[in-house]
Amino acid sequence: MTEDKRKELESISLRVREHIINLSTDGGCFTGASLSCTDLLVYLYADFLNLHKGNLQDPNRDYLFLSKGHDVPAMYGTFAELGIMDKDRLKNHLQTTDSVYWHPNRNVPGVEFHSGSLGHLPSVAMGVALDVRMRKQNNKVLVITGDGELNEGSVWEAVLVAAAHQLNNLTFVVDRNQFQANVATEDLIPLEPLTDKFEAFGCSVQRINGHDFEALEKAFRALPFDSKKPSVIIADTVRGKGLPSIEARADRWFCNFNKDEIQSLLKELHGADTTNLESETLIVR
Amino acid sequence: MSYEELLKEMALADERMVVMTAENRALVRNLPAVLKDRFIDTGITEQCMIGAAAGLALRGRIPVVHALSAFLSMRAFEFIRTDVGIANLPVKLSSFIPGFLSDGNGPTHQAIEDVSLMRGIPGMQVFAPADELDLVTALPKIWGSPHPSYVRINIRKTDFKHDPNFEIGKAEIISTGTDVTLLVYGLLFEETLKTKILLEKEGLSVGMINMRSLKPIDEKAILEAARKSQLLVTIEDHFQTGGLYTIVAETFLRHQCTAHVLSLALAEKWFKPALLAEVLKYEGFTGEKMAAKIMTELSKKTVSKA
Repeated sequence: MTEDKRKELESISLRVREHIINLSTDGGCFTGASLSCTDLLVYLYADFLNLHKGNLQDPNRDYLFLSKGHDVPAMYGTFAELGIMDKDRLKNHLQTTDSVYWHPNRNVPGVEFHSGSLGHLPSVAMGVALDVRMRKQNNKVLVITGDGELNEGSVWEAVLVAAAHQLNNLTFVVDRNQFQANVATEDLIPLEPLTDKFEAFGCSVQRINGHDFEALEKAFRALPFDSKKPSVIIADTVRGKGLPSIEARADRWFCNFNKDEIQSLLKELHGADTTNLESETLIVR
Repeated sequence: MSYEELLKEMALADERMVVMTAENRALVRNLPAVLKDRFIDTGITEQCMIGAAAGLALRGRIPVVHALSAFLSMRAFEFIRTDVGIANLPVKLSSFIPGFLSDGNGPTHQAIEDVSLMRGIPGMQVFAPADELDLVTALPKIWGSPHPSYVRINIRKTDFKHDPNFEIGKAEIISTGTDVTLLVYGLLFEETLKTKILLEKEGLSVGMINMRSLKPIDEKAILEAARKSQLLVTIEDHFQTGGLYTIVAETFLRHQCTAHVLSLALAEKWFKPALLAEVLKYEGFTGEKMAAKIMTELSKKTVSKA
């Protein structure tokens, strides 16, 4: 990756994180989970996928399904920066006049399918990958899941079936931020050794730093890892990445900050001291 | 023509159609060889199969999906509601061994809340054909509709010659009568025909309606039967709550009317597992037993009037 490309991606990521912070008030959003997959989404939409505002309906486009739908601020922030979605719509967050709410829906261009109920989109993406292969097309089909989402049995059904059908055009991407809603994954339903689990289910796996654009590029450009298997990319990430005051904290998943905190967090994002957060931590589930 | 022959013919004529199953091949044994990669068996994964069907439908396919009724309507319910329902995708659910057709399997396999569950999903159409002929008469229009559908598959043969002009949302009026009208769907059609004859032998004027399209429902047929007959009887192999009895009640409320209605259904109970003929006897759904219950109800009515 060239230095210029890396800087460009970093600059987009910074602006997406600003959007996420700005959405974390007046009702709030899933801030921590959005910040963990920001770099991943920015890399995929800005550099990797054959998907842009000009080909959103093209049957030859690449598909990205966001199964951990609660991190939609990262997706919408990315869409806004790349011109896929009108930036002004972010101001309509949680307004009945628009359809910009806590989970993705197809009233926003670029969203392939609604999500929110965990464990659904691995199957939906698998169906799309089956059809792409049936039609002998070359679209890449990606589905991003959370790590907590891997508790859902339906994820593993989809992995089993994808492996049985040798769907090498399908990639499961795990945003491995180490937390599920309220607790660390390893304290509740331990997932490790996660690479071994996916390999045992018939996938070819790479595990990378999900905040390192060069590592992301190296892994995604190597797809498919095996011509007879679905691929898995486990992206190790940090919940709340970019804001040290909420990073890797179990209690900062869904955040609804006051206006002063928002201003302070925006400065923190740009290198100022950590914010003294006083707004209530929310336990959603 | 059998279900499988019809599906084969339609799928061969329309590239959009794909046939899916969660390893329930009873109805589609010969299709893998014919349809090749348009036959997709996901194994025993009802949820995953429905999600994949939604994905295929997103790409313009019309998936015809097969699974045992209980697991399709309940194990996969949230996937049907959330992936198929919210997106209003043309996924066609073929529900195998619904209601009494699960005969000896036991309550794990008894889908007797499926009509209730499926009709609660916005946009979902629900059908329960009376027999194989009724089924294959209805399917071309059901599969040709842009809506998702749930069909209680019933491949039992009867001698009845159904009206070949099936319309979504239209009931089949078998007869009209002033004393009693029998409203029935699915496999109980055959026993209800016997009930009709027995009641007629008692000198009664008997209407009978095949309610094959449960959603959309033929409100006009129900309301006309209520106006014409002294007694309506709803007959179903379904829990009493949420099925035809409830549909009739909702119809009356919507039109501000009421009627004397006898419900023959499973009230707060699963049915005794046995071979179908024995189930019908034990649970009181033979033509004779239903006729006897209706005669009792009519005699009560006479007494209360006096």
